[in-house]
Amino acid sequence: MIRLENLTKHYGSFVAVDDVSLEVSRGLLYGFLGPNGAGKTTTLRMIAGILRPTDGRVLLGGDDVHRNPIAAKQRLGFIPDRPFVYDKLTGAEFLRFVAALYGQEGDAVDRRVAELLEVFELASWKDELVEAYSHGMRQKLIISSALIHRPEYIVVDEPMVGLDPKAARLLKDIFRQFASRGGTVLMSTHTLEVAEAMCDRVAIIQHGKIVAEGTVDDLRRQHRAGDASLEELFLKLTGGVQVRELAEVLGHGGGGDGAP
Amino acid sequence: MTQPSLWRVLEPKWRTALQRIREERSRGGSGKLLLLVAVGALFWLTVYWVLYLVLRHLRADPDLGSLLAGKVLGVVLLSFIAILVLSNVITALSSFFLAKDLDLLVSAPVDWLRIYLAKLGETLLHSSWMVALMAVPILTAYGVIYRGGPLFAPFAVLTLFPMLVLPAVAGSALTLVLVNVFPARRTRDLLSIVALGAGGVVVLLFRLIRPERLVSPEGFRNLLDFIAVLRTPTSPFLPSEWATRATMGFLQGAIDPLPLVLLWTTAAGAVTLGALLHSRLYATGFTKAQEGAERFVRGGLWQLTVGTLLGFLPVAKREFVIKDIKLFFRDTTQWSQLILLAVLVVVYLFNIKMLPLHRGEQVGFFYVTLVSFLNLGLAGFVLAAIAARFIFPAVSLEGRHMWLLRSSPLELKTLLWSKYWVGTVPLLVLALLLTGLTNVLLQVRPFMMVVGMLTIGGLTFAIAALALGFGALYPQFETENAAQIPTSFGGLVYMMATIALLGAVLRALWTAVYAYVRAVYEGQPVVVDAWMISWFAVAAALCAAATALPLWVGLRRMERFEF
Repeated sequence: MIRLENLTKHYGSFVAVDDVSLEVSRGLLYGFLGPNGAGKTTTLRMIAGILRPTDGRVLLGGDDVHRNPIAAKQRLGFIPDRPFVYDKLTGAEFLRFVAALYGQEGDAVDRRVAELLEVFELASWKDELVEAYSHGMRQKLIISSALIHRPEYIVVDEPMVGLDPKAARLLKDIFRQFASRGGTVLMSTHTLEVAEAMCDRVAIIQHGKIVAEGTVDDLRRQHRAGDASLEELFLKLTGGVQVRELAEVLGHGGGGDGAP
Repeated sequence: MTQPSLWRVLEPKWRTALQRIREERSRGGSGKLLLLVAVGALFWLTVYWVLYLVLRHLRADPDLGSLLAGKVLGVVLLSFIAILVLSNVITALSSFFLAKDLDLLVSAPVDWLRIYLAKLGETLLHSSWMVALMAVPILTAYGVIYRGGPLFAPFAVLTLFPMLVLPAVAGSALTLVLVNVFPARRTRDLLSIVALGAGGVVVLLFRLIRPERLVSPEGFRNLLDFIAVLRTPTSPFLPSEWATRATMGFLQGAIDPLPLVLLWTTAAGAVTLGALLHSRLYATGFTKAQEGAERFVRGGLWQLTVGTLLGFLPVAKREFVIKDIKLFFRDTTQWSQLILLAVLVVVYLFNIKMLPLHRGEQVGFFYVTLVSFLNLGLAGFVLAAIAARFIFPAVSLEGRHMWLLRSSPLELKTLLWSKYWVGTVPLLVLALLLTGLTNVLLQVRPFMMVVGMLTIGGLTFAIAALALGFGALYPQFETENAAQIPTSFGGLVYMMATIALLGAVLRALWTAVYAYVRAVYEGQPVVVDAWMISWFAVAAALCAAATALPLWVGLRRMERFEF
């Protein structure tokens, strides 16, 4: 289980994450939604142990990420939104290096590396330096690296960015299978169709606070939204007014295809 | 459509620079600025003072003085031009072809001439600012000695500016042609090797011809030969010669407008030709620059050698070390600097060999021991500079990958440990080689050999730890170019701390070494007593503290990093 207790993060006087508490049970695919700058990435980076919270704590299967980091991180696979990888390593070398960070080596790792590169269609690129990879290929490599040590929890920031439709579909299937086998996925995304189709539960964060949490049906009921899609619900909760204003600006500005 | 001004085209660059200054100011307060100003002023004053003394000495000779002063200026300006062409070629590659703002600029409706002029200005500024600053104390010394008056300053600017523009145009044009032949990333690799190789050969040749012999009168058959050599211009077609003639003419009250006209018309002509070349070749060059340096590599060799050698280590430590070694040797801009390092070692040892020490047994022993002792300081300084280049940036270069390292169960201690040993082992080999060979060349006695080897060993561990510790204290995560990291404020503080350590260790050792020298000189047996041992212990304690403390502080700082 991923558990956030009163998680807070300040940058000077700016409160990026404000007293967030959340529980993601085993076997769930959990969507973490919110507009740009709402605090999604900061929250996920605190869960991954990259940022230290100002207050509160993160528990991964009972282990505090900041007090008992080694045990907690052994169980975690983190996929960031920006795919920075060592340019001068080959794809296969990078995966072996990541496995080593988790204390794994030997034939089992070699087999796992070959398997993951095959699944993500990178096998023919395995001996090529990462500097020659496209953005999407780097994203696939990072996803592979998060799976290499067979984690119990996957925390992923914007997983679909840069992926071609085939890889996006593959990733959805992998996450679904992972959750059905007892793994836990916590993912932030802007692609609301993906969240609606894939996620068992979602949380919507705005200005660093959770403004809604539950299944999509729960949210519809809570906010009397009838048959509204997740997108309509999201806009209602986070910024429908601004969207209408934006449409008006585009309409009057005469740009693009001339929205009315 | 109205085209944006050059100022607007370069707006992201200067705004970023301003913001960086603001951030630096808010982080370090005025103390940082004061320190930088103090160190800069000290450097300027030293250059000014040395040149002032030389020029004053030369001016005392009415026949040859001004000829020699002009020759010195000519050589200085010529070396500036040589440095500038190389640095402009490398800078132009980044600013014209690899910079992050190019996608935006090239896709915007900005005409080619504006892009050319903006990027030429950026290249000029980036590659020439250091040379321009260096010229200030030099020209000031000339102005003061030859009483150039207040008008000399604007005249010097008027002379120097076109001289800086010419290498910028030449460097940019050369880069443009090269990028059209090779992909930009390959060109960068190629240029690193060529530039450093050429630099190394120049340094080596310059040293091996022993220029110090030229100042001895016996090197020339007669005075007339010597004057004839001085009067001959180095090359009448070189901008450095025009700048020298313009400057010396002004200072001697015989202003000749021709060199100045030559400088400005050539600069204007060069910019025009450069612009024409840019209009023809830039589009295809820019397209080529987008190609990656595709290379299939196999890392089996490192795995087999280093991997086997480090087989006793836990897998995370071992793979981290192998990863760092692979990254170093696969990055041409990094490993190619080993060429310069090799040249440096040869020149260093050559200088020691050329010292005229073995002329008398007693005097020889004293000077040999003194040189061997002082050599520890010099070797320590060289090692500090090498550590600044290779070890200081180690933590900063991991910045973009910290998401992986911090989200994995890798302990920061392991990371620091790997970085430390990957840097220290080659540094230690170099240190022992430099000191050992120097002592062999000097024919020192076993006592100094042992003292020297142990001291340089201890200093190397401390220097590497200081470099890594200060690198973690003052990280530069946003910089992609490893070569720029040591020139930051943190690099300066590290060098000052290392020099202080060298001074303290040598001071501690001096008492013991002096007792030894005195005993041998007076023909008495050398007694290693408690007094001597206590000074050795102080030196060892200083090295141990300077090893442990920076690593501990660096580790604490790394634990607080946020990304």
